[in-house]
Amino acid sequence: MNTLKFITAGNVDDGKSTLIGRLLYDSDSIHTDQLGVLQKQTKQEGVDIDLSLITDGLRAEREQGITIDVAYKYFSTGKRKFIIADAPGHEQYTRNMITGASNSDLIIILVDARKGVTVQTKRHASVGSLMGIKKAIIAVNKIDLEDYSEEVFTKIKSDFEKIKGNLGYDEIAYIPISALNGDNIVTKSERTPWFEGDALLTTLEHIETPARDLQASRFQVQWVIRPKDEEHHDYRGYAGQVLSGNYKVGDKVKVLPSGIETSIEKIERHQKETEEARAGENVVIHLANDIDISRGDTLVKTTELPHSSNELKSWICWLDTTPLQTGKTYILQHRFKTARVKIQSIDQKWDINQWEFNQTNEIKLNDIGQISLRSNQPIFYDSFEDNPKNGNAILIDETTYNTVGALMFL
Amino acid sequence: MNRSKNYLNQLEDEAIYILRETAAQFEKPALLFSGGKDSIVLVHLALKAFRPGKFPFPLVHIDTGHNFPEAIEFRDYLVNKIGEKLIVGSVEESIKKYNLKETQGRFPSRNSLQTYTLLDTIQENEFDTCIGGARRDEEKARAKERIFSVRDDFGQWDPKLQRPELWDILNGKIQKGHNVRVFPISNWTELDVWNYILQNEIELPGLYFSHDRECIVHQDKLVATSKFIQPLPEDTVTVEKVRYRTVGDMTCTAAVPSTASTVQEIIDEIIVTRISERGQTRLDDQLSEAAMEDRKKQGYF
Repeated sequence: MNTLKFITAGNVDDGKSTLIGRLLYDSDSIHTDQLGVLQKQTKQEGVDIDLSLITDGLRAEREQGITIDVAYKYFSTGKRKFIIADAPGHEQYTRNMITGASNSDLIIILVDARKGVTVQTKRHASVGSLMGIKKAIIAVNKIDLEDYSEEVFTKIKSDFEKIKGNLGYDEIAYIPISALNGDNIVTKSERTPWFEGDALLTTLEHIETPARDLQASRFQVQWVIRPKDEEHHDYRGYAGQVLSGNYKVGDKVKVLPSGIETSIEKIERHQKETEEARAGENVVIHLANDIDISRGDTLVKTTELPHSSNELKSWICWLDTTPLQTGKTYILQHRFKTARVKIQSIDQKWDINQWEFNQTNEIKLNDIGQISLRSNQPIFYDSFEDNPKNGNAILIDETTYNTVGALMFL
Repeated sequence: MNRSKNYLNQLEDEAIYILRETAAQFEKPALLFSGGKDSIVLVHLALKAFRPGKFPFPLVHIDTGHNFPEAIEFRDYLVNKIGEKLIVGSVEESIKKYNLKETQGRFPSRNSLQTYTLLDTIQENEFDTCIGGARRDEEKARAKERIFSVRDDFGQWDPKLQRPELWDILNGKIQKGHNVRVFPISNWTELDVWNYILQNEIELPGLYFSHDRECIVHQDKLVATSKFIQPLPEDTVTVEKVRYRTVGDMTCTAAVPSTASTVQEIIDEIIVTRISERGQTRLDDQLSEAAMEDRKKQGYF
C-alpha cells in the first residue's frame, strides 16, 4: 500500500467541496462527533447531511475573517492512502493552487457538465501541468443535470482532447460523475450504462505514480554525521535523501562542486548496512576517500552528470504581493544549497487564460513567466522536465525572507 | 502489518528529512516532548535521523503541573535511556512569576497558561525553532499548518500570512525574534502513529493500555478522579476498564472505555471507532468552535 497525493481543481460552483465531502463520507473518514456538527449545520429540507459542509467547516473560519489557505485532508481505503490538497480554485488564489499542486501526483479537474470546458478548466489544467503533475482526471460533474447524457460527456471529452496536446499529462481519465448523488464516485452508476471506465475512487486506487528511481541518480548532502566520540572516532557519514535514481555500494561517484571522484564504501539506513539506496530513502553514505564535504554538496554517478552553470533559465510562479524586480538580488534555495542570484531579464509571461506568451517587464502576484538569472556560484541542476526533484527551487526575498517565487529550471 | 510497510516508510522518510532540515537550517532548535505518543514517535524518528551522533537539540517539556504521573515517569525513563538533554519549563512557576489567574470551573485547563511558559522557555534558551508532534488530521486549524510554520515575536500564528511551501523545499530563514514551529509528522494520522509504534516496537507509558481507573462521568466522558478532580456528592464514582487515546492534563483529558491491552488491539479498536481522537478525549477543544485556533494565534503550540 502506498500513498497518492492529489489536488482537486475547480471553481466553487463546480462542486469541489461536495466531491471532497463525498469521498471522505463514503470512505467512512468522517467521525460521528464531526458528523453531528455537520448535521446541525445542514439546513436543506429532506437532506440528512450537506456534504459540501465537510470542507465548508473551514469556510466558517473564513467568515470570521481568516483567509483559507491549502488545507490537507486524509482518507484511506484497503488499497491506498490518500492525501487531498484542498486549495481554492479562484484565479486570485493561483498562488495557493501552485502550493497544493507542487506536492501532488495527480490533479482532479472538475468540469461542470452544463458549462463544458471553460477558461478556468484550461487554467487549472495548465497550472497542474506546469507544476509537473503527470496524471489527470477530468471529472465531468453534475451529469445528473444533463440527464446523464453520453453526448454531453463525449463532447467535453473531445473538447479537452483538443487542448491536451499543449500540456504535459501522460495519462488522463475522463469520468462522468454526480458528486451530489454519488454517481461513479465510489461505485459505477447504473444511470451511465454507456460509460466504460472505472468509478473515481477505483481510478484513484489504481493509477500509477511516476517512478523516480528510473531517473538519473541525484543525492545532495543534507547533514553530516560526525559523532567524534570514542566509539565512533572515525565516523563520517553523509546523511540525506536520495532524490532520484539509486546508489549501490561500490558505485563510482563525483563530488560537486569539488569535482573529486571517489566511490561509495558503505550505505546505512537507520544504522543498518544496506547494499542499495533508492529514490525517496534517507540514507547515510560513507565514501572511500576522506574528502571535505559539507551540506549542499552533491554526489552523482560519474556516468550521469547534471547541468552545471551560473546562468539559468527558469519558469517562475510569483507568490508575493511585491512584484519581481529585474536587477535585484534574491536568495535561491536549490534543495540544501543556497546561492545569491540576480534576475537578469524577464523573457516572457504566460497568460494562461488566453494561452498566449507575451513580452513584459513585469511579473506580479499569481503571474507565471520565464526568466533568466545569474548566480554567484554554479548550480548543479536538471531541467524540471527531466527530473523535477533536482529541477526545482524557490526564491527568497533577502530582507523579508518570504518565499516569493517557485522556480522550475528549463 | 506488511501491507502498511510501504506507506509507513514514506511517512518516516518524510519526517526524518524534515528533522535533518531543521537541524541544518536553524541555530538553536528544541524538540517539544510531553511524554505522549506523538512526541515519543518524534524522539524515535530523531534517533533514526541523527544516530550515531547526538541529537542537535535538547528535548523540552512544558510541564503544566497537572500531568499524569505515569507520563512524567516515562519521560524521565526515556530521556535517561537515550542519554539526551531534557529542559523542563514549569507552568507552576510562570503562574507565580506573573501572578496568573487559573481558569475557574471543575475542569480547569492550563492550556492557555502553558503559552507563557513556552514563550519564556523559548526566550531564556534562545530557541529559534520548536519541533512538535502536531498532526493535520487532529483538528481543523491544524489542517492548515505548514511544515515550517513561522511565529512572530509574541509567538503568534497568523493564518493569513503563511509562507507558501512548495514541493519539499523548506525555507527556514527568519527575522530575529521570530520562531518556527516544525511539524515533521504533519501528514500522519492517528492510525499511522499506532501502526508505526507497532512496526517499530516503540515503548509507551502504561496509560495508553487498558487498566482499571476510578472515574466519574462528565458530559458523556470518563474523567479520572485525582488530586485535581475530586468527586462531588452528586457524582457516581466507578472503577472502569479504560485507556487513554491522548495524554494531556489530568484536568482536561478523558479516558475511553477499552479492554485493549496491546498495540494491535488498540489499532483494531481505532479502525472501528466512530469518534475522533480529540472529540472523544479533550474537554478543552469543545469550549468553542475555534478553541484550538484561538490558542494557536496566542502562541500555543
